[in-house]
Amino acid sequence: MEFSFSEDQNELRRTARRFLEVASSEMRVRSAMESEGGYDAATWAQLSEELAWTALTIPEEYGGLGMSYLDLHPLMEEIGRALLCAPFLSTIGLGANALLLGGTALQKERHLPGIAAGKTRATLAFAENNRMDAVGVEATYARNGSGYLLRGKKSYVLDGHTADLLIVAARSKGSAGTEGVSLFLVPGDAEGVKRAWLPSMDQTRRLASVELRDVNVSDDALLGDEGRGWRLCERTLDRARIALAAEQVGAAEMCLEMSVEYAKVRKQFGRPIGSFQSIKHKCADMLMMVESARSAAFYASALAAQDGDGLEEAASSAKAYCSEAFFHCAAETIQIHGGIGFTWEHPAHLYFKRARSAENLFGDPAFHRERVAKRMGL
Amino acid sequence: MELQLSKKEEAFRQEARAWLQGQLNGPFKDLQGRGASGDQDRYVEERVAWGKAMGAAGWNCIGWPKEFGGRACSIKEEAVFNEEYVRANGPGNVGHIGETLLGPTLIHFGSPEQQQRFLPPIVSGEEIWCQGYSEPGAGSDLANVQTKATLVGDEWIIEGQKIWTSGAQYSDWCFVLCRTDAEAPKHRGISCILVPMKQASIEVRPIRQMGGSSEFAEVFFDEAKAQKDHVVGGVNNGWKVAMGTLAFERGASTLGQQYLFQKEFEQVVAAAKASGAAKDPIFRQRIAHAAIGLKIMRVNALRMLEHEGADLNREAMISKLYWSNWHRDLGKLAMDLLGPEAELLDGAPYELTPMQKWYLFSRADTIYAGSNQIQRNIIGERGLGLPKEPR
Repeated sequence: MEFSFSEDQNELRRTARRFLEVASSEMRVRSAMESEGGYDAATWAQLSEELAWTALTIPEEYGGLGMSYLDLHPLMEEIGRALLCAPFLSTIGLGANALLLGGTALQKERHLPGIAAGKTRATLAFAENNRMDAVGVEATYARNGSGYLLRGKKSYVLDGHTADLLIVAARSKGSAGTEGVSLFLVPGDAEGVKRAWLPSMDQTRRLASVELRDVNVSDDALLGDEGRGWRLCERTLDRARIALAAEQVGAAEMCLEMSVEYAKVRKQFGRPIGSFQSIKHKCADMLMMVESARSAAFYASALAAQDGDGLEEAASSAKAYCSEAFFHCAAETIQIHGGIGFTWEHPAHLYFKRARSAENLFGDPAFHRERVAKRMGL
Repeated sequence: MELQLSKKEEAFRQEARAWLQGQLNGPFKDLQGRGASGDQDRYVEERVAWGKAMGAAGWNCIGWPKEFGGRACSIKEEAVFNEEYVRANGPGNVGHIGETLLGPTLIHFGSPEQQQRFLPPIVSGEEIWCQGYSEPGAGSDLANVQTKATLVGDEWIIEGQKIWTSGAQYSDWCFVLCRTDAEAPKHRGISCILVPMKQASIEVRPIRQMGGSSEFAEVFFDEAKAQKDHVVGGVNNGWKVAMGTLAFERGASTLGQQYLFQKEFEQVVAAAKASGAAKDPIFRQRIAHAAIGLKIMRVNALRMLEHEGADLNREAMISKLYWSNWHRDLGKLAMDLLGPEAELLDGAPYELTPMQKWYLFSRADTIYAGSNQIQRNIIGERGLGLPKEPR
């Protein structure tokens, strides 16, 4: 494994930054976050059709570019930096990964070209009530003729109200724990699917509820092996966690840069506040956390690219560390900015709120540390 | 998670491993793990002999240019050597101040005569060096040194006191920052002078640390003498030399250090399992947090090593702050999970257990070689471009 980004990856980062400075400027973020869908369709079309970001990690045989998971890393950092509002993490991190890991050739052929082209937005509906684990899955499925009948209510579904394709976790009646869970491909507009936006504190990201009122799906809607869906769900989530961790790194770094810039120009007691050690030392700690978070996410991305051993532990380590690093940096950004830092007008709160929601998304740091502890044999 | 090595580098690793394992399981087997942190004032004679054996086999100063007796190893190779050294449980290296601080300083700032006189005995392990920088009134504010050197005929006469000098008790030479112009602004009146330690006018008083051992000393100069031409980098140019010395630390020891940390961490995990703390949800969180921190430290180091040739990069800059905090937290975690047993010594009068040793010694990690506060200033000013404190 090499421990630095390649020149191509650096170029991808530069291109993404140039694009997002306009397409995801603060003004555009604020306008997207006020809409119910939570994103701007024209920007989505641009990033998928012109820049082919949605095609990046999809194999060439399914209409993608066949690039590695590590190539996604710099892009995710930039997306985090710009607080891009778009169903990208859901479609690529969850939807595409679930299909790539669990899909039959036919299922991949049916759905991946659409994802690559930006036509299909997909997501994974796994959580319910207040739980992110298998025990939380209470939605059920049952054989119904040649297909399946789905019932239940999913929650915290990332971009669930706008997705074209839902991948739903449900369990067979009478099963418990990680046993008996299966994943199903359900069109967003299938009969019996009731979806609603769940307005949330972080307006740059969309959560939704998805109710399944006797939804009939055909035989080939089953993704992966029947009854072994939780493992597939976890593997999918691990890859999404890695992408999210990279996003958190970029956002944390942006917080650091905003703070440093402000500390250089804001004067009190006749000198820039950045010359005071109380501020300087906060910034130094932020830098240490940003670079360490980058190391954690980089390693996990590189491991995912190689499909290497220990991916689960690396993903959890990255998610736990990057979550706390981003939150710390976002919180310090408010503190360093003083009064202006907690106004609606200043962007600091957008990062602070994204940090909070990202910390919880796909499992919070305590959840992931417990997972690491288990993997260590504790 | 390993460094990406070329065939040549991998061959180098094998060569280093074979030699180190052969020696430390052979003639030097009694020295395994001796003179490490907390134990640095012991087994000195044996460790000097070990340093000479390393020199004879060409393993000292491997990162130095060939013309000065080194092997011109890359930083990756140096890091690999250090890792193998720790893996073989090599003893605390008495020659390391000469190899990592004074040597590179002379290569950069020294005269040809100084280089010829002083570098070969460092490479061969025959002369041991200590560093005379800190004083009671000059710690983080190093430019405040008061030890005075006056030129009298062909000799410098040195008066004053140094403190926190590691290995002063057994060193042959000391490179001493002295004030040579009391009238000049404080950064401009300092010189770096090479002073022989074995003279009656130098008194070394070991300082007992909180762990009970004496790795540091106070050094008193009472009309001590040094040769006129043993000023490095020119008279009154010592500040520049001192800053250069501190910048020569390339981070080559980082992989070896992490290997050591990994071993310590494994002992903490074993202790947690034995005490039942491993079943406690809060300790599980803390242990996992330490495990994650250690992994990140390793990736930070590997990223830094891939950056060879770049200027002081961010990964290098955060390294000291990161590892010292991590290590200090590990010591605290070890004590916490042992419960009341953490208090009990191995024996009277003051035989610390290994975990008690790191717990106490890790408190020094965040102070020596640039305290955390100074590290944060450096990161803020050089890494982030924040304005300096008005002075």
